Order: sequence, then C-alpha cells, then structure tokens
Amino acid sequence: MIYLDNNATTATDKKVLDEMLPYLSEEYANPSSMYDFAKKPASAIREARAKMRDFFGAKDEKEIFFTSCGSESANMAIKGVLNCNKEKRHIITTQVEHPCVLNTYKFYEKQGYEVDYIGVNAQGELDVEELKSKLRKDTALVSVMWANNETGVIHPVEEIAEYVKSHSPETRVYVDGVQAAGKIPMAVKDTLIDMVGVSGHKFHAPKGIGALYVKPDVRLTPLINGGHQERGMRAGTENVPYIVGMGKAAELALENMNHELTEVKRLRDKLEAGILKNVFNARLNTGITNRVPNTTNIGFEYVEGELILLHLSDIGVCASSGSACTSGSLEPSHVLRAMGIPFTALHGSIRFSLSRFTTEKDVDFVIQNMPIIMDKLTKISPFQCELEELRKRKGF
Amino acid sequence: MWDYSEKVLDHYRNPRNVGKIDNADLIGEAGSLACGDSLKLYLKLDGNKIVDAKFQTFGCGSAVASSSILTEMIIGKTLDEAKKITNKDIAEELGGLPQEKMHCSVMGHEALEDALKKYYGEEVNEDLPQDTADKIVCTCFNVTENQIWEAIKINNLKTVEEVTNYTKAGGACGRCKGVIKDIIDTYWNKQVAEANKEPLTATQKILKISKVIEQQISPELQKDGGDIEFIDLDGNKVKVKLTGMCQGCKNSRMTIKTFVESILKDKVDKNLEVEQI
Repeated sequence: MIYLDNNATTATDKKVLDEMLPYLSEEYANPSSMYDFAKKPASAIREARAKMRDFFGAKDEKEIFFTSCGSESANMAIKGVLNCNKEKRHIITTQVEHPCVLNTYKFYEKQGYEVDYIGVNAQGELDVEELKSKLRKDTALVSVMWANNETGVIHPVEEIAEYVKSHSPETRVYVDGVQAAGKIPMAVKDTLIDMVGVSGHKFHAPKGIGALYVKPDVRLTPLINGGHQERGMRAGTENVPYIVGMGKAAELALENMNHELTEVKRLRDKLEAGILKNVFNARLNTGITNRVPNTTNIGFEYVEGELILLHLSDIGVCASSGSACTSGSLEPSHVLRAMGIPFTALHGSIRFSLSRFTTEKDVDFVIQNMPIIMDKLTKISPFQCELEELRKRKGF
Repeated sequence: MWDYSEKVLDHYRNPRNVGKIDNADLIGEAGSLACGDSLKLYLKLDGNKIVDAKFQTFGCGSAVASSSILTEMIIGKTLDEAKKITNKDIAEELGGLPQEKMHCSVMGHEALEDALKKYYGEEVNEDLPQDTADKIVCTCFNVTENQIWEAIKINNLKTVEEVTNYTKAGGACGRCKGVIKDIIDTYWNKQVAEANKEPLTATQKILKISKVIEQQISPELQKDGGDIEFIDLDGNKVKVKLTGMCQGCKNSRMTIKTFVESILKDKVDKNLEVEQI
C-alpha cells in the first residue's frame, strides 16, 4: 500500500508506540495520586509538556494544554475567548478554514455574532488587505489557519497577528495549526499569536490527542469543567499514554524537520511535476512555493474525483479528493470553490499528502500509474470533444 | 469509505457498454458538469426493440455503475418494457446503493426517460398542475417539482433528507428545503385522501376493471399476439384467462403478476389480486 493521505491522518511512529505502551499497562497510576507509584506517569506528562513547548516554540510549558483532538483545541480557544469577552461580538475568519473552526463560527453567527469570512485568490492565498480592513474595536477574535489542509498554502499568520495587535490590542488571535504542525517550524514565542491548536495524529501520534498553546495573558473559560487537571482549564483525568505519545511524536517531528523541508518537499515536487508532465488533463490547483512541503492538490479535468480515488485504491494508493461524492455532502470542497477552481477540474481534484515515511518508489509508482488510470477514466467521460481539445492544446 | 456492493465495485471497475453510438436512434442526457455528475445514454433500435445501448458518464463510482448496469438492463428490451424501469430497479439490480448515493440511480433513470421522451413525447404528470410540474425547486442542482414528486412516489420518501439523497435537491444552499417539505406533505396528504375515499361497490369495481383491461392491458398483449379475458371478480380476486399467444406461454405467470396485476392495483384498487384460470 502507498499512503499519500497524511493530511487526513498519519501512521503512528513505532517509536511513539513504544513510549506509550508502559502507560497502557503497568504504569497505570492516576498522575494526581499521592503515592510513589504515581510519580512516573506524573513526570511523563511533565516531560511531554516540555516537548510540546519546544514543538510550538513556546516560552513556558505552562502555555501548553492537552486536549483530545484538533477540534477540541479549536473549540476551547474560540469558545473560551468569546465567553470572556461577551461585549465584543465581531469575529474575522477565512472562507477556507477547517469545518471544526468554520462550523463553530456558524454556531456563533446563529447566536447573533457578526462574522466576516475573508476570501482567497486563485492560488489559495489569503486576501490579507481585506482582513485588515475588517478589523474593528469590537472584534473579539481573528482566526486564521496556519496552513490549509487541502492545498497546503501557508497563511501569513505572524504578520496578521502583528497587525491585529498594533491596531486592536484586545482582539485575540487564534491560529489553527493542525496542518502546519510537524511540517514547518512554529516559533510562537517570536510572534504575537495568542493561541495555536494542533492534533497529534497529523504528526505520527495516535488519534485522540491534541494540544492548545495559549499565551499567558489570554483569559479563557474551560470547555470541560470539573477537576484541577490542566490547571483547571481542561478537567478529566489525563490521557497519560496518548500525552506521552504526542510528546514523543513532537520530539521526532522536530528531529525530522529538516528532512521534512528538504526530502519530503523534493518527493512532493517530483510527484507534482511527474503527474503534470505525464497526464494531459492534470492541472495544478495551486503551485505557489509558500506551501507546506508535503501537500499537492491536482485537478483532473472532466473526470470525477471519487472515481479516481476508487481506481487509485484498486492499485493500493491512498489519496483524497475535494469532490462532492467523497464526503457524502453534495457540494465539492469549500476551499477549492473559494479559490474559484473551474468546474471542469473542481470535481476531479485529488490531494496527495506525503510524510517522512513516503519513499521514492511510492512516488514513482504513482507517476507511472496515473496516466494509465486517466486513460481508462477519460474514455468514460461524456466530454470527449473537450478532452480532445485539451490533448491537442497540451501537445499530447 | 462507502459500503458499495460487489456488483457496484465490478461495474465501476469494468464498466460495460462504454462509449458512443454514432448513429444512435435515441439519445438521453441527465445531470451537468457543474453539478458533479452527468450522463449521456445512446440507444440503437430495431423497430421498438433496444438492440444496443452505450453510455458516457462523468461521475463517481456509483454513477458509473448505475449507467453501466442500466445499459445491460435495457439491451434486448422493447421500449415499452424499458419505460417501466425505475431508479429503484437500477439500485436493486446493483445489489443496493448507499442512501446518499441513490441520486446516481435517479440520474440513470432520468437519462433513460429523456431518451424515451423523444419517442413517446413529453410525459405529463397527472398528479401535478401543468404549470408547476416543470418549475425548478432546487436552483443549485436544477431539480424540478416533477422530479421530486416522482422520486417520492417511486421510492416512498418521507423526509427532506431522503429527497436530497435521491434527487440532490436541497443538498447545497438548502434554501428550498421548505418547499421540498411542502411537496412531501402534499404528496402524502393526497395518498391519505385517496385511501379514505369511499370504497368502490362491487359493480363499480367490475366496470373499472373491465375498462382498464380493455383500454390499457389488452392492447399491450395484442402487440405480442396474445390477449386477455376478464372472467369474474370474487372479493378482491380478479379471475382472468390469457388467450392467443399468451396461452401456455412460459412467461404467463410473470405477465399476470408484474404487468396485469400491477396495473390493476395502480388504477383500480391496491388490494386486488389477479388469478389465471
């Protein structure tokens, strides 16, 4: 199997699993307990928190809170801030956020909040000037994802945070860092970003664990009330094995950061160029350099995405699509639509996302097989004249 | 991952009858590129028999599978037989489709209907006033009131969500959901009203059965050199006798059950049973 869907989830690193195993068996003590037996899990959490501090590039481990997933991190940040600033009822976000963020704002919109959704250009780049123009004194929150999950485009969150803080110091800045984590360095202490959420399973930890970075002066209400865990900000007995696992995954991600930025990027570029060269109806949905190094999004014109995925799956290749049919909803990807990708390519858009475990052989296999699949599938398409014209135009 | 049946997998992997018939006698189209799926169906006729069918589909696995199996279902059938195929038949032939994918079978049915329209002329939905039948209810996916009505009727749909699964209507901006709900309510209120109607007297029933047999059933059987006689009505048991070529035909039981009985149930009384004597 060739796994090129690492923006959906990643394989748990064997080294991560090994670190977790003791806490799933013999080291089962509750870290809050007062006997020696609880020392090891308690110190394991402290170590993991320190690793997450380094992973975020934060100043202090007190700035790190463990959650159950990326969606919880986003909800904790957004709802926590809005609950503390009830008089401010304006929010700025983007049209291309992940549904866990977007739907949280839709929820607040129904409660009477005013939300501005900032658009992107054809390359998926955020209209920063528009964002700046929407900032008001009563803006409670500006919320921009660090990198987009479908296109990999990196948004200038540091610049946005600086602008926001210099014009409206009390406005909070939340950055959904789920797709940036482990793919690009995040030195939050050098920025004015207030909060960043991440999810462990996107960087080779298992599913069911996330984290939220919160700058010390940010006031939040907890999402889950109860015990004293996470300094009262997130009640519930700590998920020790998964916290340990994410700590290890964060450490490994930092160790591999250079590999990610060079080798993973090289393979991504090779895959991208190879498909564009070999497949006549392939169209790069965004080719800007300012993308996370593992992601490419390619539209195959006049062929539908789910059908492509099924045929890829038949030869053992896992990828994903922005097509309507794959999601069970009837609408294609909101991200690609915000970019204005033409209908001809919109429904046939495929995202390939690599990881440090992707090999040259994997990439070569896909480059070789994509034309074979496309040859078969374009034959089924009713748009034969259009395809013929495309073939001629591209010199195939 | 969708839970596709083996048959769906087989048909999207190895679609049958892909392509175009250059001198096709009938061509049907459904869907659009913008909506994410579209289908072109080509039919070659010999008299009123479909001797060849091909398709071209832009769509997901279940859309390709629905188109592919549809061509297999109609080749060798007369136009009259093909006309009776519904989206439900297509889905059943595929061993079922996930609920959210039922609209793929509907698209197959619509392309077939579109092709046959060129032979039979425009079908008129007797249940809907002429001026509203073609009214677009869902502007995102271009779905008409007529299409929604048909989907409700054929598939026994009760909720807006089901209508969306079968026709896509209401699946994008969602603004037409209220109208869809109204159509569902109108349809089902009408069914309740029909059910509560005074039952027919035995004489009325006999007259109606005779009329339907004479006008709608007998002419069909005559085309194949057979015929039917209405002998008696015993409670809800309609006793008939097949004559001509139909007599002794090995398919006579099928003719009685799937053709004669279903028309009588539809037109006269849903409790009727047909018996051959």
